[in-house]
Amino acid sequence: MIRCENVAKTYSKQDRPALDSVTLEVAKGEFVFLVGQSGSGKSTFLRLIIREEKVTSGRMFVAGKDLSTLSQWKVPEFRRGIGTVFQDYRLLPNKTVSENVAFAMQIVGAAPKEIAREVPEVLELVGLDDYGHRMPAELSGGEQQRVAIARAFINKPQILIADEPTGNLDPTMSVGIMKLLDRINRTGTTVLMATHDDKIVDQMRKRVIELENGIVVRDQVRGIYGYSG
Amino acid sequence: MRAGFVTKEVLNGLRRNITLTIAVVITVAISLSLLGVGLLANSQVRVMKDYWYDKIEVSIFLCGQLSDSPTCSGGPVTVEQRAQIESDLKTLPIVANVYYESQAEAFARFKERFKGTALVDNVTADQLPESYRVKLKDPKQFAIVQSAFSGRPGIDSVQDQRTILDKFFKLLGVLRDGALAIGLISVVTAALLISNTLRIAAFNRRRETGVMRLVGASNFSIQLPFLLEGLISAIIGWGIATGILAALKSLVDARVAPLLTFTNFFGWADVWNASLLLLLTGLVVSAFASFLTLRKYLKV
Repeated sequence: MIRCENVAKTYSKQDRPALDSVTLEVAKGEFVFLVGQSGSGKSTFLRLIIREEKVTSGRMFVAGKDLSTLSQWKVPEFRRGIGTVFQDYRLLPNKTVSENVAFAMQIVGAAPKEIAREVPEVLELVGLDDYGHRMPAELSGGEQQRVAIARAFINKPQILIADEPTGNLDPTMSVGIMKLLDRINRTGTTVLMATHDDKIVDQMRKRVIELENGIVVRDQVRGIYGYSG
Repeated sequence: MRAGFVTKEVLNGLRRNITLTIAVVITVAISLSLLGVGLLANSQVRVMKDYWYDKIEVSIFLCGQLSDSPTCSGGPVTVEQRAQIESDLKTLPIVANVYYESQAEAFARFKERFKGTALVDNVTADQLPESYRVKLKDPKQFAIVQSAFSGRPGIDSVQDQRTILDKFFKLLGVLRDGALAIGLISVVTAALLISNTLRIAAFNRRRETGVMRLVGASNFSIQLPFLLEGLISAIIGWGIATGILAALKSLVDARVAPLLTFTNFFGWADVWNASLLLLLTGLVVSAFASFLTLRKYLKV
């Protein structure tokens, strides 16, 4: 699903690469944690996957597309196959929960009928059945993140990218979000989650990739957040 | 994206930026009106030229008692000279028609023009020259008439009324060019305002556009609502501008035309033509300004 061959990324005006000689592969349906300190290259890696940035060297294949040769005008179509969730939810404050979720379908030109059927289904999946008409500001952080996940998932992406989805949430809410991501993963969706939350990583026992100064220093199949000490 | 969804987004965008929308509409309305006034001024100059050039004549004054040019050294024009001039005039292909004004007619016209002044009492019919009033098929071909007749014995002078009108039209031309220039400058102003407004709109909605990009909206579908907002504002502004021009035309017909009877005025066809041109200008300028701005501020 994701394959990196010697990927490096150097931002212009910086001499040190944000990512360097990253070679790894994530299979379809995997659940992967991306850990590492701030500035270790996690976000850069995620930005490369959704083709927000281009690799400086090396090759990168995501969802069957070679991102180093993908032309600019094909990027939107490519992104429809990837769901994204962020720490700050990124909901539209002037739209209701339903409208926020429907937005992702409207953008890609789905039929109104289809939207009317899918939105309640996915809201039910994230446990927000009765929240359709509420505004994002009326919801708790955890609920807002559920809406964001519903939006990311509604177009049935092959890959779900989550950048610190629990970063703003308390432990109880975080557990709920992780259960939800796990459920989405069980539908066959590949989930790649960058996080700082050691408890969650230790609990889930999924594959862990650790970055340090832009280099992969650890890739464990059933890993924990960090070696003790 | 579906048309219904796009419409809703566009209307939302216009409503959310209502003060800016109004500013754009008013600026477009004013600038297009100014440009329209320039276009109508252009039409008016054309109408006046048609009207006046149609009326102007070449006057060939024949030698009379008081003529002192060298060609009149032989005294007043003879009957033979006059007959020759008239037949020569009538055989010239560029001449539309020839009218002979006798001394008596010239005197009658003189009395009419200077009615009530002391001049009338001091002038007698035989002091005024007789003349041929020549109407040309194309008033610009005066030079041919002049070279053929001036300097001939019996002819005092050949005068083209166009030389007087040309000064007048030169002045009108300057006014018209000024009006067009002001119109064009204000259209540029409108373009800059549209560009700035879209920049602010793009900034205000960076959340939406960010989300749109994340879920895989194409560049075109992200820019379309902004583009349409610019176009709709331009079209509303154009509607107002056309209303202003139509009001101007009605005002001219009702108030100015009865007072200034010496000319025709531009017609409704000129108003609609100007309006059509304004619509094209508005659409092109708005689309162009939007396109350049959005390309810079809404990158995928």
